[in-house]
Amino acid sequence: MALTWQEARITAAAPETARVRRLTLAVGWSRPFRAGQHVDVRLTAPDGYQAQRSYSIASSPMQAETIDLLIERLDDGEVSGFFSDVAEPGDAIELRGPIGGAFVWDSGAGGPLLLVGGGSGVVPLLSMLRHRAEAAPGVPALLLYSARTRGEVIARDELMRRDAEEPEFRLRLALTRETGGRRIDADTIGEALAALGTPAHAFVCGANPFVSAIADLLVEAGLPPRTIRTERFGG
Amino acid sequence: MVTRGFTGRRPARPDAERLPPGQYLTEDFPVLQLGPTPKIDLARWRFTLREGSKPLKSWSWAEFEALPRTRWKGDIHCVTKWSKFDTAWEGVTIDDLLAAAGIAAPTAYLLAEGYDDYTTNVPVADLTGAKAMVATRYAGEPIPPDHGGPARLLVPHLYFWKSAKWVKGLRFTQKDEAGFWELRGYHMVGDPWREQRFTGD
Repeated sequence: MALTWQEARITAAAPETARVRRLTLAVGWSRPFRAGQHVDVRLTAPDGYQAQRSYSIASSPMQAETIDLLIERLDDGEVSGFFSDVAEPGDAIELRGPIGGAFVWDSGAGGPLLLVGGGSGVVPLLSMLRHRAEAAPGVPALLLYSARTRGEVIARDELMRRDAEEPEFRLRLALTRETGGRRIDADTIGEALAALGTPAHAFVCGANPFVSAIADLLVEAGLPPRTIRTERFGG
Repeated sequence: MVTRGFTGRRPARPDAERLPPGQYLTEDFPVLQLGPTPKIDLARWRFTLREGSKPLKSWSWAEFEALPRTRWKGDIHCVTKWSKFDTAWEGVTIDDLLAAAGIAAPTAYLLAEGYDDYTTNVPVADLTGAKAMVATRYAGEPIPPDHGGPARLLVPHLYFWKSAKWVKGLRFTQKDEAGFWELRGYHMVGDPWREQRFTGD
């Protein structure tokens, strides 16, 4: 099936953290996306110059007719700068998707489900968590989320609320630049696996060095490599 | 469709002419792969040519390193939009592999297979004629594991998902059989200059 470019209107925009902005886009897809998938966006300048980027979807597949993107402003970011500073509700961009069939979790796939995110790498994992809460709340899940500071934790209130209210969901924050904070290491992974049980599926997303380190730690902890899916950004 | 308020940052002209449509230039070397980087023991590494399930020729690491070597320098393009210029690789061309095996390609298509069970399909015509190699060195050094070492396929004129990391062999097929990403909506050919990212592009 061809993936055609479509015009997608921005229906809402709001700050998520100081560096991350949430954009809601109206999409006319005939079938739902799968949690973990991404879209390509295309921007066109008046002289025809175009730039394309990929962004993971943060919202649940069960959210009808719109998707949420959480876009982190990168230093010097050609496209992220546009979404951070220029784009407003009512504007339209070009978009195509959903894309990707490897870094996806469907409620039918079951668990336990281990999610490990670094920084804005948490975005596709949020879609999985939201999907799980709606479609398979009995699936045990644990999110190990590394951020620099408490203020940079994306969807912090929601994650804390889920941790408190959802019996089978656990949140572990690793805040690397807070007093007493720490990086995710073999001990953190060991504790997470002890709390969750052996995961049937593990998803790791973040910057390249983060993902490499976590994937190696998971293999060293005994997880079969084919149960671990990775997605990286950077470059 | 012009995007309100978007001006963009165009690359300088020589760079712009080397960038396929929709791509941007990076100085980094991003890593994209399905899962963890496999641990590969060179003492047990083998590279095998097969026709279907039948092995045609297989090399140990030492035997592979003794094959004729070719250097290639140029640009690579990832379907995730980044391109990297002037990458320098060294390895064994598919022409030299076939010659060392003493065979002609038995079919017109093949699947490259990785130690991580990844597969990707490439027509033989896109590999022979000095268009591709099994690379074992990058920038003068052994290829780092995250970039597909000890050996990866290098098909630089196609999107880089065709350049299978940790390649363990080439399996000739009667017809063009979709590999891992091709089964998941990505293009069967993947020519960046025709922007063949997805099925139907």
